[in-house]
Amino acid sequence: MTDVSAQPSRSRDLDKLLLRPGNLVDPNFEPGPELRDDLQTYVKVLVVGAGGLGCELLKDLALSGFRNLEVIDMDRIEVSNLNRQFLFRLEDVGKPKAEVAAKRVMERISGVNIVPHFCRIEDKDIEFYNDFNIIALGLDSIEARSYINAVACSFLEHDSGDNPKQETIKPMVDGGTEGFKGHARVIVPGVTPCFECTIWLFPPQVKFPLCTLAETPRTAAHCIEYAHLIKWNEVHGGKAFDPDESEHMKWVYNEAVKRAELFGIPGVTYSLTQGVVKNIIPAIASTNAIISAACALETLKIASACSKTLSNYLTYNGSEGLHTKVTEFVKDTDCLVCGPGVLIELDLSITLQKFIDLLEGHHKLQLSKASVTHRGKNLYMQAPPVLEEMTRSNLSLPLFNLMGKVSKDIVHVTGTTSKNDQKSSCLRKLRLVFKGVDGVTDMDTAGGA
Amino acid sequence: MAESKTKYDRQLRIWGEQGQAALEKASICLLNCGPTGSETLKNLVLGGVGSITVIDGSKVEVGDLGNNFLVDESSIGQPKAKCVCSFLQELNDAVKAKFIEEYPEALIESNPSFFSQFTLVVATQLVEGSMVKLDRICREVNVMLVIARSYGLTGFVRISFKEHTVIESKPDHFLDDLRLNNPWPELRRFAESIDLNVQDPVAHKHIPYVVILVKMADEWAKSHGGKLPSSREEKKDFKELLRARMVALDEDNYKEAIETSFKVFAPRGISSDLQQIINDSSAEVDSNSSDFWVMVAALKEFITNEGGGEVPLEGSIPDMTSSTEQYVNLQNIYQTKAEADFLAIEQRVRSILKKTGRDSNCIPKTTIKSFCRNARKLKICRYCLVEDEFNSPNLPRLQNYLTDEDYSVAAGIYILLRAVDRFAANYKSFPGQFDRVLEEDISRLKTTAISLLSDFGCNGSNLAEDLINEMCRFGAAELHVVAAFVGGIASQEVIKLITKQFVPLSGTFIFNGIDHKSQLLLL
Repeated sequence: MTDVSAQPSRSRDLDKLLLRPGNLVDPNFEPGPELRDDLQTYVKVLVVGAGGLGCELLKDLALSGFRNLEVIDMDRIEVSNLNRQFLFRLEDVGKPKAEVAAKRVMERISGVNIVPHFCRIEDKDIEFYNDFNIIALGLDSIEARSYINAVACSFLEHDSGDNPKQETIKPMVDGGTEGFKGHARVIVPGVTPCFECTIWLFPPQVKFPLCTLAETPRTAAHCIEYAHLIKWNEVHGGKAFDPDESEHMKWVYNEAVKRAELFGIPGVTYSLTQGVVKNIIPAIASTNAIISAACALETLKIASACSKTLSNYLTYNGSEGLHTKVTEFVKDTDCLVCGPGVLIELDLSITLQKFIDLLEGHHKLQLSKASVTHRGKNLYMQAPPVLEEMTRSNLSLPLFNLMGKVSKDIVHVTGTTSKNDQKSSCLRKLRLVFKGVDGVTDMDTAGGA
Repeated sequence: MAESKTKYDRQLRIWGEQGQAALEKASICLLNCGPTGSETLKNLVLGGVGSITVIDGSKVEVGDLGNNFLVDESSIGQPKAKCVCSFLQELNDAVKAKFIEEYPEALIESNPSFFSQFTLVVATQLVEGSMVKLDRICREVNVMLVIARSYGLTGFVRISFKEHTVIESKPDHFLDDLRLNNPWPELRRFAESIDLNVQDPVAHKHIPYVVILVKMADEWAKSHGGKLPSSREEKKDFKELLRARMVALDEDNYKEAIETSFKVFAPRGISSDLQQIINDSSAEVDSNSSDFWVMVAALKEFITNEGGGEVPLEGSIPDMTSSTEQYVNLQNIYQTKAEADFLAIEQRVRSILKKTGRDSNCIPKTTIKSFCRNARKLKICRYCLVEDEFNSPNLPRLQNYLTDEDYSVAAGIYILLRAVDRFAANYKSFPGQFDRVLEEDISRLKTTAISLLSDFGCNGSNLAEDLINEMCRFGAAELHVVAAFVGGIASQEVIKLITKQFVPLSGTFIFNGIDHKSQLLLL
């Protein structure tokens, strides 16, 4: 073995991990310079989010041997980001996060290439996400995580024994923080639980009963939400409330103060108003650094097999002493997202339009305004208008024909579902089986005339 | 400054203006600015720490470009401390950043008094010998010390300081202070003024549960010789009495009363944690006592006298189903008593200060108020000298850790991190630092580790071979992601120590990057 400490190399420390065999490693570990070089040349990682976690992730990954990174974020830099999103300076306020983050990391770490994407995650074609070996999430909402999870799991295929096919597995590493608390988890679709399998982990968001807001307010938060959710619409008719518009926020604050005075309730401040209306989550640099580091470490392990991996959920709390715990959650075999797919039996004659209508009424899916793709081909797209026009003629054709007359196959559908009055976009994998093909007889037509 | 209020908004919501002010007054010394030290400091600078002094004698090498974000290509050959400082200055131009190009070990030997000027010292990547020396120095001058180390996929963080007292410990979950098990006269009178049998259904379901429980508890006590429900049967019966009073299914106030009835059954008086604090010898105060202990002495007197066995009332009440008017009235009653209790404590504080020969006004009202509100949540952290732990650790606990399934890897890492330093002291390099002697180093490290364990009367066979091999494989590498994790923990502890909010960690945090089963070891 060559003595790597003889030549000065950037990889001085990483080499110890990648070039040397070990005992507490993944069974697939093949140490050597080829591994290090392959990591640099071939592995592509997508970082979703360029905020508190995203900035740290980009730095951590760039300093862990990865050279091909991309980052996607739809937001622009704000002053309140600067206490932790260290890639941004005061002069950067207003610029797209993804672009500035990519630029800054590339400036300081030569050899790494980061492609920024200033857009929503839903704006990208599903195939865009298939380009990456691993997806690292630095997101701040359940909806966004749900979406990316569904996308990554949509690539998963199962063999005839319902076992996941290795080459279709798209691993994800997901982190989240709030104040001194955080979590880091590894999602290997088909093997570990996916985000949807364990969606019950997230407590329901606090919503005040309407009658409390309208009739018996007791706290400052009640007064604020009254102004925000009830009074605004009364006074402003159809105009949507924009939390980023300071005039709107000031209006809500003043109304909240009036109401609080009326009821003798103390505590309404502008800061609290912003916090309640925007659902501001307190955030500090240290927790983001810790959670991102854990995520990046796991990304390195997945890509290189250089050590055992986190199995599979790490929770962290640094406010009272320090508590870390690893829990091994188990996959839900019936999961709508990472399971083999919801099975739907169809007649040969069913048109694409009828199929789309069926999805809306399907008891498990309840998916409205569905767009359908089959093996990368768009069968029908609801948007954008140009694609809608192009695929509209398919609606009247039999789905069986559109899918190349195979007896069964996987399709992906995107659309909107609504849960607890909240609409969210989602992606689902469906297993379609056509009745009356390949000897599968339809009981109704068996027998003679 | 308006800009800093917005910039720091997300963290002000955690530690408030006072915490931020403490950070901005602090002066931190960092020893060694490899990635572990650099990442620690980066987080502190982003948070607005007042001043930093970076001590490192090394120059930037090509290898540093692969693990440290705070140095770049243009800094090769330059003093690492200089480069790290200039990047940190860029991160936050409000911080005062200085550097000294000197090896920490040399500074520790030649100029120990150097450290007395700082609020806190962060020592990273020091070997055992220097760590122990520095610890003695900082302890001597009462400077807080946070020690951190990254080593391959492992690392540790620990604190060393004589005594750190916390008033604003801000625990995640803590019971409210409603005194339903011990209502005072005004609260009783208010409850008495409300008729539970009111006819109007709206009024009936808007009586706050505090009132319901105080009245029902009193009723129970009258028919049970002045005692509150204590046995399981009695508690069940009490809940049934509450249920029987519901006139409709949607009476949330009664549902809340049933759910929170345990607050009536809770034992009166103070917790054992607080009992320990007021029994501490430091509560016998003199002119040298800290403000904290003076307030504890006052608290002790209060509890025994006007407190009637209880601490000053916290004063705030949780939200509950209620008419606005009754809720606001209830709030006032609690706030009034809290204010009265505070005044009693304040009087005692001033009198104790006078008795011990200090200016009776030297502790501000706001501090005493905060102390009263947090009386049930006070925390004291005391740390022994690192040397004392190394010389005489808690042996039964160490043995337990080594054999417990959940702790054995972390305990193994703890031992091996000490063993590698001993190894380095003997062989002038770390095990596995050079490829060519890898095999030999493994057996040498094993011997060193086993000898260390036998010094403590522990069995060497408890140390997994695989772990020893891994430590050699690591070859003292400082990996960025591990440094970022360890540095993140270290910076968080620094913030807790400086703001004196939240509770700093106790013991040694052992980072286990192999399977993330990190642990806190209390030795």
